[in-house]
Amino acid sequence: MEALKQELKAKIIEVLNLEDINVADVKDDDALFGDGLGLDSIDALELIVMLDKDYGIKLVDPKEGKNIFQSIETMAAYITANRTK
Amino acid sequence: MRKTYINGVGCISAQKTFDTIFLEEAIINETANVLPLEIPVYKDFISPTAIRRMAKGVKNGIVASALAMKEANTETFDAIITGTGMGCIDDSDKFLRALIDNNEEFLTPTSFIQSTHNTVGSQIALGLQCKAYNFTYVNGSVSFESALLDAKLQFDENEASSILIGGIDEMNDYTASLFKLAGFIKQDNESPYKVLNSTTKGVVYSEGATFFVLEDKKQDHSYAEVLDIEIINKLQVNEVEAKIIDFLKSNSLQISDIDAVILGFNGDVETDVFYRKIAENCFKNTQQVYYKHLSGEYNTASAFGLWVGAKIIKTQQIPEILKVNSVEKPDYKTILLYNQYKGIDHSFTLISKC
Repeated sequence: MEALKQELKAKIIEVLNLEDINVADVKDDDALFGDGLGLDSIDALELIVMLDKDYGIKLVDPKEGKNIFQSIETMAAYITANRTK
Repeated sequence: MRKTYINGVGCISAQKTFDTIFLEEAIINETANVLPLEIPVYKDFISPTAIRRMAKGVKNGIVASALAMKEANTETFDAIITGTGMGCIDDSDKFLRALIDNNEEFLTPTSFIQSTHNTVGSQIALGLQCKAYNFTYVNGSVSFESALLDAKLQFDENEASSILIGGIDEMNDYTASLFKLAGFIKQDNESPYKVLNSTTKGVVYSEGATFFVLEDKKQDHSYAEVLDIEIINKLQVNEVEAKIIDFLKSNSLQISDIDAVILGFNGDVETDVFYRKIAENCFKNTQQVYYKHLSGEYNTASAFGLWVGAKIIKTQQIPEILKVNSVEKPDYKTILLYNQYKGIDHSFTLISKC
């Protein structure tokens, strides 16, 4: 789980081109949207594509995303429980 | 009928055209067949949250427009009009490559949003919260002139009093490699790449963004007045001189009234004859200026040419690095710009001291 969290942090920084942010700057329970990393709805779409492409998880209900993408912690837990690749 | 004054300019190019007055730090690079940009500190102009998603062309366009608006001291426009030949080609490449690599699945939104040709104009409008007329012309090497003509017509028809216009183009490694294969860019082993008196095909390419604030009122800081623009898709070499004479006549001018002619020489041995013929004939007694040895060629490089013309009129000086010949004039009142690419997309732009 710890390795997955580090992997997610690195992927999010790369995919979303978060300049001036390192893996070490992102805490496991930091909010990804709003006051935390400040991600927005376009970033949410990028994360949904990333889940599908890299972990084989298709989000059918967009409302699920709100809980899944709360933090690195919640994302890692969801991926661990649902990944198909 | 309102007049069209250039009241602010901003340029990002292969030269240091920001934080300078007029090419005093210009360098001729004859070793590269794709000239790299002199890049500003983007974060001085764009917020870190916005910048991370922006393609290079968008960032350059936003900075160049910000420089022009700062000079003109206005951020309120009746129209934002841009021209681009290839749009945000880098993100177009990314999007298409992802389409192929991922078997048409997993398409992410960012590169798609950034890949459209009107991204720059729309991002500027979003930043200014400007809901006015917003249009992008994609007309090859007259894309910028199309934007300028649209703006001029709006002033002529009393439909606008302040318009932001610009020309933007991007280059990336993949497109450059295709252009080399096609012979559009000079081959890697042909340096030094000289623009005047070149003996090889193709051009030295580059990229850039150049913006102008056009207004119907003359200001103390005005650069020049735009008198007329004409675009013609096809001309033969021996038709150019007559076309220029007609164009000038329609503005009650003749060749002898032109104090400097800015020519789009780009070093392509096959098409520089369009410029050479008029340089050796009707303009042999006129100060001739060239600029693509500094800016490189790209579809909207002629916007850099207009930037040069505006600077000449405002400063009343022509840097030596721009001169083709040395026919000195006491005063630079009226300047003609002529550009074409590959023998098509001919444009004539007339500006004057105001």
